[in-house]
Amino acid sequence: MSTTTLAVLVPLLPFLGAVAGLLLGRTAPGFARPLAVLPTLAATALAITVAARQGGDEPLRAATELTPTGNAALPVQLALHLDGFAVLVAVLVGVVASCVQLYSTGYLREDPRYPSYAALVSLFTAAMFLVVYSDDLIVLLVGWEIMGICSYFLVGHYWETPAARAASLKAFLVTKLGDVPFLIGILALASDAGTFRISTITTRLTSSLSGFELQHPTLVALLLLAGVAGKSAQFPLHSWLPDAMAGPTPVSALIHAATMVAAGVYFVARLLPVFTASTAALAVLAVLAAVTMTGSALAALAQDDIKRVLAYSTVSQLAYMAAALAVADRGAAVFHLLTHGAFKALLFLGAGVAIHAAGTNSLTAMARTGGIAKRAPDAYWTLTVALLALAAIPPFAGFFSKEAVLGAAEHAALGDAHGVPVGVGWIVLIAGLVTALLTAAYAARLWLLAGGDPRPRGAEAGTDADAAGPDAVASDAVAPDPAGGAQAGPGAAGHSAPTPAVMTAVLWLLALPSLALGLAFPVLPDWFDGEDLGPTLATSVLATGVALVGALLTFAAWRHTSAFAAARPPTGTGSDTGSDPGPLLLGPLHRHAAAGFHLDAVYAALVVRPVAASARLVRFLDREVVDAYVRGAGAGPRLLGAAVRRAQTGNVQTYLSALLAGSLVLGVIAVIAATGTGGA
Amino acid sequence: MHLVYPATLAVLLFCVGLYGVLARRNAILVLMSVELMLNAVNLNLVAFDVWLRDSLHAGQALTLFTIAIAAAEIGIGLAIVLLVYRNRGSSDIDRLRDLREGTGPPQDGSGPGSADEKSLAPATDNAAGSGSDQGTSAGRQHA
Amino acid sequence: MTLTASHPGFLSPAGVEIVFVLVGLVTLGAALVTVTTRQLVHAALWLVAALGGVAVEYLLLTAEFIAWVQVLIYVGSVVVLLLFGLMLTRAPIGRSPDADSGNRWVALAVAVAAAATLLTVVIDAFRSTWIDVEESVAGSSKVTGTALFRHWVLPFEALSVLLLAALVGAIVLSRRHGQKGSDR
Repeated sequence: MSTTTLAVLVPLLPFLGAVAGLLLGRTAPGFARPLAVLPTLAATALAITVAARQGGDEPLRAATELTPTGNAALPVQLALHLDGFAVLVAVLVGVVASCVQLYSTGYLREDPRYPSYAALVSLFTAAMFLVVYSDDLIVLLVGWEIMGICSYFLVGHYWETPAARAASLKAFLVTKLGDVPFLIGILALASDAGTFRISTITTRLTSSLSGFELQHPTLVALLLLAGVAGKSAQFPLHSWLPDAMAGPTPVSALIHAATMVAAGVYFVARLLPVFTASTAALAVLAVLAAVTMTGSALAALAQDDIKRVLAYSTVSQLAYMAAALAVADRGAAVFHLLTHGAFKALLFLGAGVAIHAAGTNSLTAMARTGGIAKRAPDAYWTLTVALLALAAIPPFAGFFSKEAVLGAAEHAALGDAHGVPVGVGWIVLIAGLVTALLTAAYAARLWLLAGGDPRPRGAEAGTDADAAGPDAVASDAVAPDPAGGAQAGPGAAGHSAPTPAVMTAVLWLLALPSLALGLAFPVLPDWFDGEDLGPTLATSVLATGVALVGALLTFAAWRHTSAFAAARPPTGTGSDTGSDPGPLLLGPLHRHAAAGFHLDAVYAALVVRPVAASARLVRFLDREVVDAYVRGAGAGPRLLGAAVRRAQTGNVQTYLSALLAGSLVLGVIAVIAATGTGGA
Repeated sequence: MHLVYPATLAVLLFCVGLYGVLARRNAILVLMSVELMLNAVNLNLVAFDVWLRDSLHAGQALTLFTIAIAAAEIGIGLAIVLLVYRNRGSSDIDRLRDLREGTGPPQDGSGPGSADEKSLAPATDNAAGSGSDQGTSAGRQHA
Repeated sequence: MTLTASHPGFLSPAGVEIVFVLVGLVTLGAALVTVTTRQLVHAALWLVAALGGVAVEYLLLTAEFIAWVQVLIYVGSVVVLLLFGLMLTRAPIGRSPDADSGNRWVALAVAVAAAATLLTVVIDAFRSTWIDVEESVAGSSKVTGTALFRHWVLPFEALSVLLLAALVGAIVLSRRHGQKGSDR
């Protein structure tokens, strides 16, 4: 089979698996697992084959016209574009999706809705493959929106809980809020460029011979940025992502690591020439990325729910990629996307095991009841690897990709990068370094709290376990993971169910790329634009030093707080933060950071309340004004009917009088009309 | 002779008959008024026939027909009035109001044998009992 | 056909016109009393006067046959029938205070309005139309009979059937219910 055929099969297989799973899930639940796992695995194998065959050579393109549009020059095409970025991201998607599917067979093995869940994950994967391979903006948009709706269903998987329902709605609405300008941007771009083909657009924009320029590059780029910010959870549309933790943990891994949020970054990487055409768009992207990465890193440092920590960390790392794109280095961005996909998937899946083992989402409660090191050693060690990668400690994967980003920023800051303002470079560089510090800090905090040694308070373990319950509820707005709660019901009482082997295997499988993927930096430029991705000395030393400082600071704070907490008896109230070093590190900022810098409150004040007020107004108008007419339409004829009924006296003479009087009037009118004397 | 004279007389007779039909209470008087109206029409027919010198004498023929039909009408009408009087004990038109729109239980409509007969039955000596009998049966049919 | 410039004016009425108007006034007065009197039997008698006046007008219009038919049928039979009807419904002899219904003012208004409208139209239309009654007798028995039995035979026969049906209907309606029950 040709490479193109294989590439077509890659999105098609999970799609067919999803359709079959949805059709058969109810009647033949036994097929649900094979139908979920096998197509994804096959698609992954095919994606790897495609990547191997493509091998960073010239991009492969194939297209067939899907449907004509009103404009004959603008057909929608089912087009493939296989360059190094596409094939590698597809491999990442496939690997992570396979891991998630395998992990889900264990994680959701007792869930009655597993068939539909697995089918939706397959559909999600297929949509992401479509986005990755597609060369046509409209087809890409189709995959983009399928992901949106699938994320809605998957985040709302535990729809019995109000938090999940709210989170799924929020995810859907916020991403759609970005998608509307995104759609307009796509149409504007296509009408400017005269085609929906991404490759044609980029070729025209990059070749110096054609002299082709977009008419409104800033407008188009900003409109597209809105959609990207919604999908990739960038400020100010990032707030759905931490709430989306109400979904099952594998879904979080899938959304965060490989698919949905990566789609935005990937999209910008594909269309980077459009963005570099506008300096303003790059500046906006850089500022957004800088705000997002530092802000969400601070928020991550203050969260109590382990999954929310990871969610904010995802937002922060996505901002890194966006920052790399802002300095026009898509190689670095996609490199970071790949490594981040690997270690973030590992983090989420490991966190799922940890939650499973500890029976709670709350870091404080985990720290109090004792580390997961003993209960789930596999999760502990893989989490350690992933956190080291996240904190960008050499030689883990995150180090190299982050260095690539920072190196690109340094280039830009020193004015070496073509077409990128120096200011953008400095913004990205400084924000990146600050975030490196913060990232190391929250990674260390997470590791210390979740996996650290239990404090010498074994005698009080019973009271701690009791306190864990209210703590978990009061800790944050996120409800405890119901599946985790159900499966780890015994875990809360002191011992946990054994972790299924398949989950552990997946963890170790993902630990490998987290550990070693960064070492691929000498090879990757062949697949990408050919720019060097290797770490530069200055930024390496600086960033690693900053990261170490952050980790050490956190450790010192942890020592201090845990000693303090050990000396003080637990109050058992929700304000008891135990040995959490976050408040000490953040100081007065902690309260705001824990609430996500009150962005939700701002949204509530700016959007929700006016909308609710206008809804009340509409309800009032509908009930009191519009319905008044409707009721009047009923009451008026009723009154008229009553009046007419009163005229029905039964007296024939009355009727006859009225009849004759009426005919008289008609006769007079007829006479007047005939003679024409009455007209004047 | 001016045509205006018979035409005016016909109009006035017609309107007098019209007034009678609308204003009189007794059904037989109403029938009389109808006769007046018919006569007004007949007068018109004859006058116009004479004026037009119609070779077929359609006006006069029609007058004769009208007279015949009026006779038939008065016969049938009187029979109906008699029947109503026998059933209801009254031939007053404005009291025959069973078809009026009633709210709630009708005061004197549904019970023609109750209220009406209380006032009218004593005036009838030999048909009182039969009147009440037929009155209730007719009332049932109406209901 | 009679709109000649030399048509007789209203100020020099012919003798037949004077008679017509006088008889017409009498007829109208009798009709008015018929519809306004409070004595029911008197109303029937005044009706005789009115119908007789109309018969005289027929004569003046040279419609002899119609006039006699009018006298025979209306004055002879219809009024007699009405009188019988009055008696059979036990109409009160003498003044009855409630001979007029409450509808009388409405009726008056409608009637006056109708009269005004119709008079306006009729007078406006036939102001100068002239009937030549001296020329020939338009409605002698011979003429009427010829027309009736030459041109109007079929309607005439149909009318006889109608009369028969009316006769039968009147008998059926006025017959007392149920010979079998004999009312008691």
